[in-house]
Amino acid sequence: MNSASPSASDIAIDVEGLTKSFGGRTVVQNLSMQVKRGSIYGFLGPNGSGKTTTIRMLCGLLTPDSGTGTCLGYDIRRDADKIKLRVGYMTQRFSLYQDLSVRENLEFVARLYGIPNPREAARDMVNRLGLSGREEQLAGELSGGWKQRLALGACTLPSPQLLLLDEPTAGVDPKARRDFWNEIHALAAEGLTVLVSTHYMDEAERCHEIAYIAYGNLLAHGTVEEVIANSSLSTWNVTGDLNGLAAELTGKPGIDMVAPFGTSLHVSGRDRAALEASIAPYRAQARWHWQQSEPSLEDVFIDLMSRSRDNFQ
Amino acid sequence: MSAAASSGRPREARDIFGFWRRSYAMLLKEFIQLRRDRVSFAMIVMIPVMQLLLFGYAINTTPRHLPSAVLLQEDSDLGRSILKAMENTSYFRFTREVHSVEEFDYLLQSGKVLFGVEIPRGFERAVRRGDKPALLVAADATDPVAAGSALGALGTLVQTALAHDLHAGDPPNMPFEIRTHARYNPAASSRLNIVPGLVGTILTMTMLIFTALSVTREIERGTMESLLSMPIKPVEVMFGKIVPYVLVGFIQATLIIGIGVLLFGVPILGSVLMLAALSTLFITTNLSIGYTFSTIVQNQLQAMQLSMMFFLPSILLSGFMFPFAGMPVWAQYLGEGLPLTHYIRIVRAIMLKGATISNLQYDTIALIALMLLAMTIAVTRFRRTLD
Repeated sequence: MNSASPSASDIAIDVEGLTKSFGGRTVVQNLSMQVKRGSIYGFLGPNGSGKTTTIRMLCGLLTPDSGTGTCLGYDIRRDADKIKLRVGYMTQRFSLYQDLSVRENLEFVARLYGIPNPREAARDMVNRLGLSGREEQLAGELSGGWKQRLALGACTLPSPQLLLLDEPTAGVDPKARRDFWNEIHALAAEGLTVLVSTHYMDEAERCHEIAYIAYGNLLAHGTVEEVIANSSLSTWNVTGDLNGLAAELTGKPGIDMVAPFGTSLHVSGRDRAALEASIAPYRAQARWHWQQSEPSLEDVFIDLMSRSRDNFQ
Repeated sequence: MSAAASSGRPREARDIFGFWRRSYAMLLKEFIQLRRDRVSFAMIVMIPVMQLLLFGYAINTTPRHLPSAVLLQEDSDLGRSILKAMENTSYFRFTREVHSVEEFDYLLQSGKVLFGVEIPRGFERAVRRGDKPALLVAADATDPVAAGSALGALGTLVQTALAHDLHAGDPPNMPFEIRTHARYNPAASSRLNIVPGLVGTILTMTMLIFTALSVTREIERGTMESLLSMPIKPVEVMFGKIVPYVLVGFIQATLIIGIGVLLFGVPILGSVLMLAALSTLFITTNLSIGYTFSTIVQNQLQAMQLSMMFFLPSILLSGFMFPFAGMPVWAQYLGEGLPLTHYIRIVRAIMLKGATISNLQYDTIALIALMLLAMTIAVTRFRRTLD
């Protein structure tokens, strides 16, 4: 990375004011973010919130309507070719060739990137992925978990400096997900920067930093602890006879969210005083056991989501 | 779901109107989808209208005003009134006057004229002396349909032509004879004409579809997203997608020509090497056009439809089915824009007339131009982003 300025060298992604709209509908609005080199950056948000669009703008697949930024020190508008050489992009939908074998897919990628010995590079990757014995199997015949491993292998094959993973674990079983995340952490330890979008809260908690995006706006970012601390949400945990309680509590002043969690109910609100006033009559009854608790990341996100809907829709 | 009101509950699948209701639901859905698919909708109108207009206006199975050359060895009143009489049959149109036999043969061989009339030196004097000299009419009979009716009209020409100049007697006492010479296909076998034409027609169909589907297939399968995120340039994608099919097309062409020669007895009078080279050029041109289509359309169905839109005029206007020279001028201009037109001339000329490259310069250059045009459009149309 000779051409990157020294000040940017510890920042992998640095974008400001990215905006993109399709057919008059703004999908990403004035989005700014910075991702440190070597970190795992989680990108969260509901469906259609602009995560995929943002990732595509970062790797040159979409041109932003406005906004500027650099990816690995290269301008995202001008230097798309240089970015493509150094970035591995794993698409949301499996996008390798289903009618090519595992080996053939990897060799294709290796040749496109001009890796000196494509056959050897593909063989090494097959071994690293634990796919030995399946080299000649068609990619389309692999199970979901194996497809996802192959896709990760294909985008790490050209030794990128930045990985953009768009919901890589959607539809993958828990064991495969865990293996996948171990691999991501191993790659980050080698110095790779990883930007990963996900819907899963447990995955968000595996990231060094997270950002939450809804309706095209970046609503919160920081470490998981920071995001929870900044939410100013109070949460109570209720157990006992929950029959009908949720419906009764919903809509009372100060109660913004009522969500069942197994045998308990999470009741949260941003206005602590109003929330406590509303639940006071219920707390007095012995039918329920009330306990103040820390809001979960999910509580925070659901709250951000419902608030952003009020603001932007 | 809120509790379904009784009217909102699904009915038993057995009820008596069920068949009609479900058919209707399906039918309604298809109509909505059809209405949203603009291209299909356009095709519904375009294909029949285009076909009808082309058949109705452009196609003429007894073509008239066919380009002809005259080799005038003497300038006489009689010669001129014979030529005038030939033009009056409306079959012949004299476009060239040549002065040597070589030039005469060249024009016929390159397909620039379909007929050549030679009026020999001393013709008028021989007629007056009662020597019954012969007038040579050479026809390019590769297309028996185009040549046939014109040659037929020559039979009665002598009497009508000479009404003013001479007193033509009964047929046995005709003052001169017209000797017709059906070149290249003397037996007027339509097979000789059709088999070389089929080579081009089949190649157009198959080559076009191979590449027309190639880019849309990547988009529909989602592989385009991954491909675009990798460092590859539009020209590289294009070459990668065209080159394998050049080989496929070459095998196909060899197969068709081989069968034509072995089974149908079509000769290859010209150079096999040149036939192979120009066939490869034609294959590449079609692949480039197909590839261009695939960068324009949205999905594979549209790609097929656009290919059909291109294939249809190719068959009708290229001279494959109907004589090219018989079409109105506007249709001939359209035809010049189709690679098949040029290839059919090339393949017929090489196989049936033994033409050399000097006869085929124009058609070769036209094919190269069409290929480069298609490739340029394809490379500029290729979307490097998903915008």
